Amino acid sequence: MAVVETRKLNKVFKRGNVGAVVNVDLQSREGEFLVLLGPSGSGKTTLLRMIAGLEEPTSGDILIGGKVVNDLTPRERGIAMVFQSYALYPHLSVFKNIVFPLKAQGVAKEQRQKQAEWAASLLGIQHLFERKPRELSGGERQRVALARAIVREPSLFLLDEPLSNLDAKLRASAREELEQFQKRIGTTAIYVTHDQVEAMAMGDRVVVMSQGAVRQIGTPADVYDEPADTFVATFLGSPPMNILAGPDVIVGFRPEHFLPPGVAERLGDHISFGFQISHGEYLGAERVLYGTIAGGAFDGRKAVSRIPATHAVAQPDGSLQTFAVALGDVKFFDPVTEKRTARRSIPA
Amino acid sequence: MARRRLTKVLPRIVMWLVRIFFAVVLAFPFYWMLITTFKRNTDLNNLKNNPFLFNESPTLDHLKLLFRETLFPRWVLNTMGAGLLVVIITLLLAVPAAYALARLTGEWGAQLGIGVFLTYLIPPTLLFIPLSKVVSFLGLQDSLWSIIIVYPTFTIPFSTWLLMGFFKSIPRDLEDAAMVDGLTQWGAFVKLMIPMSTSGILTVVIFAFTLVTQEFVYALTFISSAAHQTVGVGVPTFLIRGDVYYWGSLMAACLITSLPIGFLYNLFLDRFIEGFTVGAVK
Amino acid sequence: MIRRQRWLGPVMFMPAITYILALVGVPFLMAFLYSVSDAKVGSVSYHYVGARNFISILHNPAFIRSLKDSFVFTISSQVLVLIGANILALSLKDAFPGRRFFRFLILLPWVAPVSIGSLGWKWILDSLYSVISWVMVRMHLVNQYDTPMWLGEPKLAMMSVILVHTWHMLPFATVIILAGLTAIPKDIPEAAAVDGAGFLRTTFQITIPMMLPIINVAVLFGAIFTFTDMTVIYILTRGGPYDTTQVIPTEAFFAGILGSDLAEGAAISIFLVPLLIVAAYFVLRSAHRAEVT
Repeated sequence: MAVVETRKLNKVFKRGNVGAVVNVDLQSREGEFLVLLGPSGSGKTTLLRMIAGLEEPTSGDILIGGKVVNDLTPRERGIAMVFQSYALYPHLSVFKNIVFPLKAQGVAKEQRQKQAEWAASLLGIQHLFERKPRELSGGERQRVALARAIVREPSLFLLDEPLSNLDAKLRASAREELEQFQKRIGTTAIYVTHDQVEAMAMGDRVVVMSQGAVRQIGTPADVYDEPADTFVATFLGSPPMNILAGPDVIVGFRPEHFLPPGVAERLGDHISFGFQISHGEYLGAERVLYGTIAGGAFDGRKAVSRIPATHAVAQPDGSLQTFAVALGDVKFFDPVTEKRTARRSIPA
Repeated sequence: MARRRLTKVLPRIVMWLVRIFFAVVLAFPFYWMLITTFKRNTDLNNLKNNPFLFNESPTLDHLKLLFRETLFPRWVLNTMGAGLLVVIITLLLAVPAAYALARLTGEWGAQLGIGVFLTYLIPPTLLFIPLSKVVSFLGLQDSLWSIIIVYPTFTIPFSTWLLMGFFKSIPRDLEDAAMVDGLTQWGAFVKLMIPMSTSGILTVVIFAFTLVTQEFVYALTFISSAAHQTVGVGVPTFLIRGDVYYWGSLMAACLITSLPIGFLYNLFLDRFIEGFTVGAVK
Repeated sequence: MIRRQRWLGPVMFMPAITYILALVGVPFLMAFLYSVSDAKVGSVSYHYVGARNFISILHNPAFIRSLKDSFVFTISSQVLVLIGANILALSLKDAFPGRRFFRFLILLPWVAPVSIGSLGWKWILDSLYSVISWVMVRMHLVNQYDTPMWLGEPKLAMMSVILVHTWHMLPFATVIILAGLTAIPKDIPEAAAVDGAGFLRTTFQITIPMMLPIINVAVLFGAIFTFTDMTVIYILTRGGPYDTTQVIPTEAFFAGILGSDLAEGAAISIFLVPLLIVAAYFVLRSAHRAEVT
C-alpha cells in the first residue's frame, strides 16, 4: 500500500498561476526517499504543502496510509515537516523545541523526556538541549529540526529544501547526514529541491516537475538515462544534454557520450558529427569542450563534449574534429510534443 | 465535511466581529462629531429626540458660526504656519544629524543616537515650567514664536531616530562608489543620500507636522491670547462662552481638525512602521 | 579620502545636539534647581531652600492621592490597551477586503489631536445629553431623570478618564504590536500547526512570547505617555470633581503655571523622573538586546 498517494491533484491560484499544480498522480512506496525536483515555479513546493495540509487543493484527492486526508488538519495527518528555514521556535531551548509537538499532543512529562532523548540521541544533539536556536550552527539547526520532526514518530516526513540555506561546504556533509538518517529510521520521506545533484544523490525515485505537471517519475538512472521528454533530458545533468533540433526529429545525447576521434572508433554502431570546437575548459578531473556541429542536418547547432582528463587527448581550440556518439546513447524526441520516441533516421 | 467547514467559518466570523467592534468603538466619537455638526441646536437640546437621527433638517449654522464669528480660521492658519516653520527647522537639524550618527561616527554614534532619542521621553509636563521662564526671558510669551522654537525639541529627536533607520538601510556600497567616482563625503550626502531618502524625509515631514498639530501643553502654557493660539488649544479653550458649550460649532471644529490629519497619517503609516521597525530592530 | 573629513560628522550633528542641550538639557536641570528654591513667576528672586518644597508636598494628602491616582490611571489604561491592542492586532494581521478603510478608522483616536478627541468624548459623556445615557435609558438600565454624571461623580469620572485615555492610546499600541506580529516568519505558525498546536497554544506559547520585545516597547512608551499626560484629564474634568482625578502632571500645571509658584510646580513634576529613569533603563536594555541578536 502506498504511504502517500495523490489522485488528479490540482491547485489553481487566483493571482497568476505561478506554482500551481496540474493533475498530479503520485504514489509513494513504503520507506522510500522520494524527491520532487523542478525549477522554481514548477509547483513542487505547492504539492508538498498540499500533502502537508498547509495548502488546500482546488480539486483531487490526497491519501495518506490509504485514507483520504483532504479534510484533515496537518496535525491529524500524522506527518512531520522540515522547513527551508527549519522554523525553530527562537524563544525556546532546543529541548523545548523538540518536546513541543509532544506537549501539543498531551504526552506526559516523563514520556516526553524519554522521547526527546531518544530523538536527540539519533542525531547526536543531546549536549545542545539548553541552547537557543540562535546559538547553533546551520548543521546543528538541521539536526534539531529533524529531531523535532521525528520525535512524534510520524508515518511521513516532508522536507522543503532544507539544504538550500546552508553554505556550500556544509551542504555536502549535511546531505550525507540526512540520507543516512532517513535510511536508519526507514520512514517514507518526500523531499523538495531544485538542485538536480541533490535529487540524483539522495532520491530512491525522482519526480521531475515543470509548470505544475509531472514530467517523469523514476529512479535516478531512469530519469537520467531514459528521459521522458526534452525538459527532463536538459534539466538533469550538468552540462545538460545536447539537444539538436532538426526539421522532423529532435536528437539528444549527453556530453559525456559525445566522444573524440580515437575513442569513437571503439564504439559499435555510432553516429558521427563534425564538431567545430570554439573553446575548452580544463576542470581538473575533466575537460569540457564547447563548439558547434559542422555539416549535416544540424549544422550550426551548439554542442558540448565532456571527456575525463585521464583520457584526454589534446583537442585544440578552433580545430574541426569528427566526434561520435554510440547509437544506443542517442535519444530521439518528437519535434512537436518533445516527448521521447523510438529511434528514427537522421537526415543527412 | 461539515465539521471542517465549521472550524473554518467560525474563526472568520469572530475576526469580523472583533474588527467591527473596535472600528465602532474607536471611530464613534468622530461619527458623533459629524452628526452633531449638522444638527440644529433645538434638535440637540431636546432630550426627547433620538440622538442618532436627524429629527429636524440638518443645518449649516454651526459651520457658519465657526468660520464667521470665531477665531477658528485664524487658529488653523496659526497652526499650519507654525507647523511649516517647525518642519523646516526640524529638517535642517535632524537630517544632517541622522546622517552623521548613522554613517560617520561608528560605535559611539549609535549610542549618541539612542541618547538623542531618549530625550523624546522627557515630557513637556516636566519641562514646561522651566521653559515658561525661558520663553518669558526671550520675550516670546504669548507669541507663536515660543512654540516654533520649543516644538523642535521633540520633533528633532524623533525625526533623527527615524532618519537614522532610513539611512542605515541604504547600502554603504553606494556611497563608497560615489566617492570613488569623485564626490566628497558631503557631496555624497547631498547628491546621493538625500535624493535616495525622499521617502524617509517625507515621512518625517508628515510626522513632525502631525506632532505639531497634536501638541497641547506647551501651547496652553506659553500662549494666552486667543488670536495667537493654535487649533488644539483654541478649540477647547475659546469656543466656550462662560459656561455654555456651543457643541455644534465645537464638534464642527473637531471634525475639521481630525479628518485631514487622519487621511495624511493613513497614507504614510506604512513608511512610518518601516522606519520604526528598522530603527528599533537594528 | 574618508578619513580626511573626520570633522564632518560632528559638524553635522552639532546643531541638533546643541539645540537639544539648550532647550531640553538646560530646562531639565532648571527643573531640579527650581524644585529646591522659592522661585515664583514674575519675580527674579531665587533662594535655595533645600528639600522644603518636597517635604511640604509629601505632607499634603491631596498630593499623595494624586500620586496614587497617577498610578491607577497609568496601570489601568495600560492593561486595557495591552489586551485590546493584542486582540485588535490579531484581527488585522491577515488581509481582508476594506482593511485600508478599517485602518483609517482605527487610527483616528491617536492621530487626531488629543484635545480634540477628548472634547468629542466630553460631548458624548455630557451629564445631560450623553448619547450613552440615552441608550441606557432606552434599555431601562437607568432612570431618565437620574442619568449618570460621567464626569461629575468621582468614581465615574476616574473611569471615564481612564477609558478615554485608553481609547486614545489603543491605535499606537496596535500599530506597534501589529508590526511585531507581521515580523514573525510565516513558517513558524505553520511549523506549530504541523506540530499539532491549535490556535490557543500557538498564540500563547509561540506568537506572544516571540512578540515580547515589541510588546515591551509598546507598554514602555505607553506608560510614559500616560503617566506624563495632562491633556485628557485637563479637558474632561480639569482634575475634578473635587480633585479626584488629579494626577502629577495636572497638579504641576495648576501649581506652577496657574498658581505661579514655579518652585512647587517644579517639585511636583520632579516626581515624574523616577519613572522616566526606570523606563529609560528598560529602553536601553532592549536596544542593547536587539543589537546582540
